[in-house]
Amino acid sequence: MNEAVAERTGAGGGLSRTAVTVAAVVLALFVADRLAGWLPWVGVYPGSWELPVSDWVSGVMEWLLQDAAIGGIGFRSVVRSLATLLSVPLEAGTLVLAKGFELPFGGGMTLPALSWLGVAAALVLFGARVGGRRLATLLFFTVAYLAFFGQWQSAMTTIASILVAVPVGLVLGLLLGLAAYRHPAFERVLRPVLDLMQTVPIFAYLVPVLVLFGFGPVAAVVATVIYAMPPMARVTIVALRGVSEEILEFARMSGCTRRQLTWRVLVPAARQGLMVGVNQVIMLSLNMVIIASMIGAGGLGYDVLRALRRLQIGDGLEAGVAITLIAIATERLGRALTDGTRSRARLPRRHFGLLLAAVVALPTIAGVFWSPLAGVPDALTVSTAEYWGRLVAWVNTELYGPLNGAKSVLLVYVLIPFKRALVALPWTGVVAALAVLSHRLGGWRLAAGVTALALFIAVTGNWEKAMITVYLCGISVAIAALIGIPLGIWSAASDRVHRVTTTVVDTLQTLPSFVYLIPVVMLFQVGDFSAMVAIVLYALAPAVRYTDHGIRGVPAETIEAARMCGCTRGQIRWRVQLPLALPEIMLGLNQTIMMALSMLVITALVGTRDLGQEVYIALTRADIGAGLVAGLCVAFIAMIADRLIGAWVARRRAALGLA
Amino acid sequence: MQLRNWIRNCGFLWAVGATVALGAAGAASAADFPETDKPIRLTLNDWTGQNVSTRIMGGVLEEMGYEVDYVQADYMAQFTGLKSGDLTVAMEIWETTAKDLMEEAVAGGKVLDMGETGMRAVEDWWYPKYMEERCPGLPDWEALKDCADVFATPTTQPKGRYLGGAVTWDGHAEERIEALDLPFEVVHSGTEAALMAEIQSAYQRKAPILAWLWTPHWAPQQFEGEWVRFPKYGDGCYDDPSWGINPDATYDCGNPRGWIKKVAWAGGEDVWPAAYTAIRNFHIENDEMGRMIGAIDVDGRPLQTVVDKWMAENEDTWRSWIPAK
Repeated sequence: MNEAVAERTGAGGGLSRTAVTVAAVVLALFVADRLAGWLPWVGVYPGSWELPVSDWVSGVMEWLLQDAAIGGIGFRSVVRSLATLLSVPLEAGTLVLAKGFELPFGGGMTLPALSWLGVAAALVLFGARVGGRRLATLLFFTVAYLAFFGQWQSAMTTIASILVAVPVGLVLGLLLGLAAYRHPAFERVLRPVLDLMQTVPIFAYLVPVLVLFGFGPVAAVVATVIYAMPPMARVTIVALRGVSEEILEFARMSGCTRRQLTWRVLVPAARQGLMVGVNQVIMLSLNMVIIASMIGAGGLGYDVLRALRRLQIGDGLEAGVAITLIAIATERLGRALTDGTRSRARLPRRHFGLLLAAVVALPTIAGVFWSPLAGVPDALTVSTAEYWGRLVAWVNTELYGPLNGAKSVLLVYVLIPFKRALVALPWTGVVAALAVLSHRLGGWRLAAGVTALALFIAVTGNWEKAMITVYLCGISVAIAALIGIPLGIWSAASDRVHRVTTTVVDTLQTLPSFVYLIPVVMLFQVGDFSAMVAIVLYALAPAVRYTDHGIRGVPAETIEAARMCGCTRGQIRWRVQLPLALPEIMLGLNQTIMMALSMLVITALVGTRDLGQEVYIALTRADIGAGLVAGLCVAFIAMIADRLIGAWVARRRAALGLA
Repeated sequence: MQLRNWIRNCGFLWAVGATVALGAAGAASAADFPETDKPIRLTLNDWTGQNVSTRIMGGVLEEMGYEVDYVQADYMAQFTGLKSGDLTVAMEIWETTAKDLMEEAVAGGKVLDMGETGMRAVEDWWYPKYMEERCPGLPDWEALKDCADVFATPTTQPKGRYLGGAVTWDGHAEERIEALDLPFEVVHSGTEAALMAEIQSAYQRKAPILAWLWTPHWAPQQFEGEWVRFPKYGDGCYDDPSWGINPDATYDCGNPRGWIKKVAWAGGEDVWPAAYTAIRNFHIENDEMGRMIGAIDVDGRPLQTVVDKWMAENEDTWRSWIPAK
C-alpha cells in the first residue's frame, strides 16, 4: 500500500531517491497513526493475538533437557560426559596454577601449586623471547600488579579457565569456518546461527546450559565458548577465502592430498588473518569473566562482584584492572607470537623450553620449604582501594550538584520525550516503515526478512519492551557516535593521540562494565540515565576504532591528488577523507549498536525496564522459554540494524567504486 | 496437561513419603558418619551473611568428618544446580526474594526444604535518620503523605521517589502505595549493588532517600536510619480487602517478617543422612549474625577469622546440631 505509493512517485537516483525513501517511511508511520484512531489494533498489538511462543519453547527445551534420547542414550547424559571430559583439563589447570593438589595415597602428601615467582619469571622471559623488551616490560608490570595487589590466586583461577575456553573456542571456530568454506550450503545455515550466538544475551541461555553441563566451572567455560567463538568462525571464512588461488593451484599440482592441502597449505597461508580471530576470542572470553563467576567459575570475576556488592569500589576496581591487564598482555603476546618480524631479546635459542621449566620448577620446589615462594606473602601486597573509595566519596559530595543538573535537563528534555514518542508509535506503522526502508536498501528478500523479524517481536508480546530497548540503545548509540567519531577523526590525524585513544579504548572494552556501573549509579541514581552512561562508555570503542581505521585507510594517492588540485586541509578532511571512510565508519556504528545491545543485560542490573530486564527476570524465575524469547527479540533488533546498515554500506561502497 | 500435573503431584507425594521413610531409617542408622567421602557442595552467594552461615555449616560438617566443597554460585541460578545434584546445600533462601523459586523447586521433588535458619528477615521502607528533621512525624507512615516534595526528583515530580528492590523481589510496593494512598512513585533498582550504591551516595551527601532495605545486612548497621512504621501486618492483609484501614484494598499494611530457610538437593538424603540432620538443626539468631556481619563489613576483619572465633566461642551450640554417634 504505502510502498506502492512510494514506488510510483519514486524517480531518478541520488538525493531524490533518499528523499523518496524518507517520505515513504514518514508516510507509513503517519497513515498508521491516523488509522490507529479508528482501529485500536493498528496502534497497539492486542494481547489476545499474542502467541504463547515462550510456552512452546519451554516445552521443547524441557523435553530436550529431560527426555530426549538418541538410540536409548539420553541427550543429557551425552552432554554430561562431554562436560566430564572438559572438566579434566580445567581441574588440572586450576590445581597446578592455583590450588595445589593432594596426592591420593593418603598421609596428607600434597603437590604444591606452581610458585608465583616461578610463573612470573617464566612469563617475563617468554615475553622477552617472543616479543623483545617491550613485551617483557608489559608482562613484568602485569605479573607484578597481580602479585603485589594481592590478585595472584584469583588471577590464576581465571587464567586456568581461559586456558581451556580459548583453545576450545579456537578449534571449534576453525573447524566450523573450514566446513563453511568448503560447503556454501553449510555457510548459509551457519551465518544466522553465529549471529544469534553473538547477540542473544547470555542470561537467556544460562539455565539450559546449567541443566545440561552441570553447575560449575565447566558450564562457565561452555557459556564463554558460545559467546566468544563466533568471531573465529567468521574470520576463518574470510581468511581462507583470502588465500590466493595460485597458492592452492600450486599445492594441487605438487600432489597434495586434501588433508595436506588444508592443514599444510590453506591454514598456514591464512595465518595472518586467523590471528584477528584469535585476538577476538581472547578478548571476548575475558569479557565473560564476570558472568562466568556467577555460575561457579570463581576467580577475579567473583572478586569484582563481591567487592561491588559491598560497595568496596576500590577493591572491585583493582580486581577489574587485573582482568584488563591480563587481557591486554595476552593479546599482545598472541600478536607477537605470530608476527615474526619483531626484535627479540638475545636469549639462548636452544633448550629454551628447558630453561623455562627450570625457572618455574626451582622456586616451586623451594616453596615447599620456604612458604613466601609458594604464595605471595601478605606483607608484600599493597592496596589502593581506600583512596578510590575516598575519591568516589569526594566526587559524590562535591560534583553531584552540577552533574545532577545536567542529568535532569537531559532526562526531561531529551530522554523522556523520546521514550514516550517511540512507545507511542503504532506497531503496524513501524513494521511498514521498516519494510519500506529495507526494500529500498536491499530489495524484496531483505524486506521479507526484516518484516518477519519485526513481526516476531510483536507476536510474542514484546513490542513495548522492544521499543524501550530501541530508545535506550538509540540514544546511547547517538551519543557514542557524537563522541567517538570526532575522537576517531582526531586520532587518525595524529599518532600521539592515536596511542592514547587506543589505550583508553582497549581499557574500556576489557574492564568489566560492572566496575564503572556502580560508581555511575552513585552519581546518577538508579534508572535509564545511569544505564545510558554505562552503555555509552562500553559502546564508544568501535566508533573510535573504525573511524580511525577508515580514515587511515584512505589511499595516500587520493589525498595527494586532492592536495594537487589545491584542496585546503579542511576540504581534504570533509570532501575527501570522510566520504571515502564513510562505509567503514558506518560499520563501526554497526558494531556500536551490537555492543550497546549486548550491554542491556548488564544495565538490567541497575533497573532498566527493557528486553534486558525481561531476560533477567526470566533468569531469576528459571523460565527458560520467556528468557530465550526475550533474548531472541534482542538478537532480532540487532539483526535488523545490522542488515539495514550492511545493505546501505554495500550500496554506498558500490557508488564510491570501492567494492 | 491435567494428567501430567496429576502424575507430577503423585510423584511429589511419593517423594514426601519416601523422605519420611528415609528420615526414619536415617535416624535409626545415623550411628555412623561420615557415610562416604563424597564431597558435600555448599554454595557461596555474593553477600556476607550467607557466606558466614555457609562457612559455619561447612566447618561443622568438616568437624563431623565430611569432605566439603564451596562453590561460588549466583543466588537465583543455584536452584538449577540444586535440582540436578551438582550442588548440595544452599544455606540462605529468603522468603521475600526467592520464595517462588524455592516453592517451585520443592514442589518438583528434587529439592528439600531444610527448615528455617532461625534468622528473621526484616524488610521494609527505610530512611536515614537525618530525614526526620526534614519530614517531621517520621517514622510514622502518615508523615509521608505530607513529605512527597521532600523526596521528589525531576522525573517523579510532584510525587516522591521510593527506591524499591528488583522487580522480582516482590515487596508489593505499588500495591501498598495505592492502598495507603501515598503520593509516591516506585523506581525499581535492578540489584542489591545498585540499591546500596544509591543509598550510600545519598547518605554521604545527606540527601533525601526512601528505600527498600532489610536486615540482617551491613547497611542498617553502618548507616544510621529508621524503618517506616506502617500499620502492622496481620493475617488477611494481603488477601482480604476488608482487613485494615482501607476497606477496599489489600496490602494496606507493612511487610511481614520473613523466614530465611536452608534448602538441599533431595538425592543427598540417602548419601549423607547424618549431615542432612545437622543441616536441619542449624540455628542462628539475628543478633549473632548481625554482629558477625558488622565485624566483617564494618570493621574489616577477615571472614574466616570471624567464623573461627564464633565456632570457638559457641562450641556447645554447634555440637548440639550433630546427631549422636
